[in-house]
Amino acid sequence: MTVKDAIKEVGQAVIKDKVFLTDLDQAIGDGDHGINMARGFESVLPKIAALADDNDVAAALKAVGMGLISSVGGAAGPLYGTAFLRAAGACKGKTAIDAATAKAMLDAAIKGIQDRGKAQQGEKTMLDALIPASDAFADGIKAGKNAVECLGDAVQAAEKGVEYTKKISATKGRASYLGERSIGHQDPGATSSTIMLTALYKYLKQER
Amino acid sequence: MKKIINNPDNVVEEMLNGMTASQPQYLKRLKGFDVIVRANKKTDKVALVSGGGSGHEPAHAGYVGRGMLDAAVAGPVFTSPTPDQIYEAVKEVNTGKGVLLIIKNYSGDVMNFEMAAEMAAADGIEVEKVVTNDDVAVENSTWTIGRRGIAGTVLVHKIAGAKAETGAALADVKKAAEKVIANVRSMGMALSPCTVPAAGKPSFTLPDNQMEIGIGIHGEPGTHREAIRSADEIAQQLVDKILAENIYNSGDEVAVIINGLGATPLMELYILSHKVQAILKEKGLKMVKTYVGNYMTSLEMAGCSVTLLKLDDELKELLLAPADTPALVQF
Ligand SMILES: Nc1ncnc2c1ncn2[C@@H]1O[C@H](COP(=O)(O)OP(=O)(O)OP(=O)(O)O)[C@@H](O)[C@H]1O
Ligand SMILES: [Mg+2]
Repeated sequence: MTVKDAIKEVGQAVIKDKVFLTDLDQAIGDGDHGINMARGFESVLPKIAALADDNDVAAALKAVGMGLISSVGGAAGPLYGTAFLRAAGACKGKTAIDAATAKAMLDAAIKGIQDRGKAQQGEKTMLDALIPASDAFADGIKAGKNAVECLGDAVQAAEKGVEYTKKISATKGRASYLGERSIGHQDPGATSSTIMLTALYKYLKQER
Repeated sequence: MKKIINNPDNVVEEMLNGMTASQPQYLKRLKGFDVIVRANKKTDKVALVSGGGSGHEPAHAGYVGRGMLDAAVAGPVFTSPTPDQIYEAVKEVNTGKGVLLIIKNYSGDVMNFEMAAEMAAADGIEVEKVVTNDDVAVENSTWTIGRRGIAGTVLVHKIAGAKAETGAALADVKKAAEKVIANVRSMGMALSPCTVPAAGKPSFTLPDNQMEIGIGIHGEPGTHREAIRSADEIAQQLVDKILAENIYNSGDEVAVIINGLGATPLMELYILSHKVQAILKEKGLKMVKTYVGNYMTSLEMAGCSVTLLKLDDELKELLLAPADTPALVQF
């Protein structure tokens, strides 16, 4: 189990769903979310592969954040870029991540997305997957589950969050221009967040 | 998808190189970046930097030149450029008098330009920003991130650019840009969608007998669709929506843009302009200048937008001041 491999799995999952994410964004946005995210991880993954094998989680996440900021563009670039940088800030010096640290990283990422994008839960954005995921993670910790089990709960909550984005209209991002017409479509950013969490969970579960 | 391209993944790169190869007297590319700057850098004035996703040509690189922009940053098609690119542009054109960023109001553009501004400010460069939001199609701005920036942005380039050329200070250039933003409104419609090269298929489908009203410039769907009507009726519909803003009064002087979205022939734009002029005249407005053409496009989308800017003496003088850029030449 290494941070480099984990990032590789996450990145490849996003790249694999490029067309799916782009289709979602074509329905309610400008049809670039999958293209943007795939371009980002295609530029990030070689940089991660070149990092030292010291399992420095913060250094690896920082490289992901910087890489996404300088390659994704759109709304997702600054948002995910800031999220990864903040998550890196919450695990400085660690080579293994326990449940409490993971939760702190998730929350730092969410805070970063909110500082940059000024959105709240319920505005049909990636936050509608990430905030429920973080809440579920917290419940898991309270129930005495380990980090991977908590992440499993978080993935389920994120999936529910994506379903919920179909029911609401967007008030942030490009989809907000559609008003009520965005109802019925799931949010591309919430979907990409869920894809990333899911890929991370699958990797960690199989490595155990 | 049917396009004159070599490789969908290289369109921006090849376009930028084509621009500098075709217009070397105006444009040069910042080595290693998707940034176009003036071939002859003018020193000792406030520098103007704009940009955004590609696919809106001639915006924004076509407006780089005397009397308008100093640099344009080109993102991927319909996607905001990244902060590092914008930051390079700012560093390149800064002459010590400060830099004004002209940003169209989209979450992505605003966030990326803001990050670049933070990076430049950390270097001690004086940076200010204005955000254009002329599109009246977006109604309830409390429930959105606010109105979009569309063709009215070109008038911000024109007027802020002319102001900077006078040697004005950054604060005054910004003030002129903000005055334009406060007084400019646009409304658009589309007849057919467009295809982002990397996506390979159209952004939406529109039956032959329908038009999309309240369109943006990224192939995103509009506010609603309805049965297609005559040019005169379309003109009336677009202008009515703009005039409903209640900022234009009888006797006001205005500038007008009849903007094509990419695939609409000039013939149709002039037919539309004829009716727009008549409606505005009847309202008692005085047209100081009308631009008809493709100023802010959306790839090969068919359709148009109408832009109206209310002028005062300062804006009028700056509007009529000379400009010499690939896409806008004025003596
Ligand atoms: N303010 C925000 N806060 C959180 N998430 C946001 C915000 N704005 C947009 N998003 C998310 O970003 C996703 C869209 O990302 P995408 O990469 O398509 O950027 P974009 O909005 O198209 O940017 P650009 O307008 O520059 O192309 C949305 O689905 C949404 O989840
Ligand atoms: Mg998008």
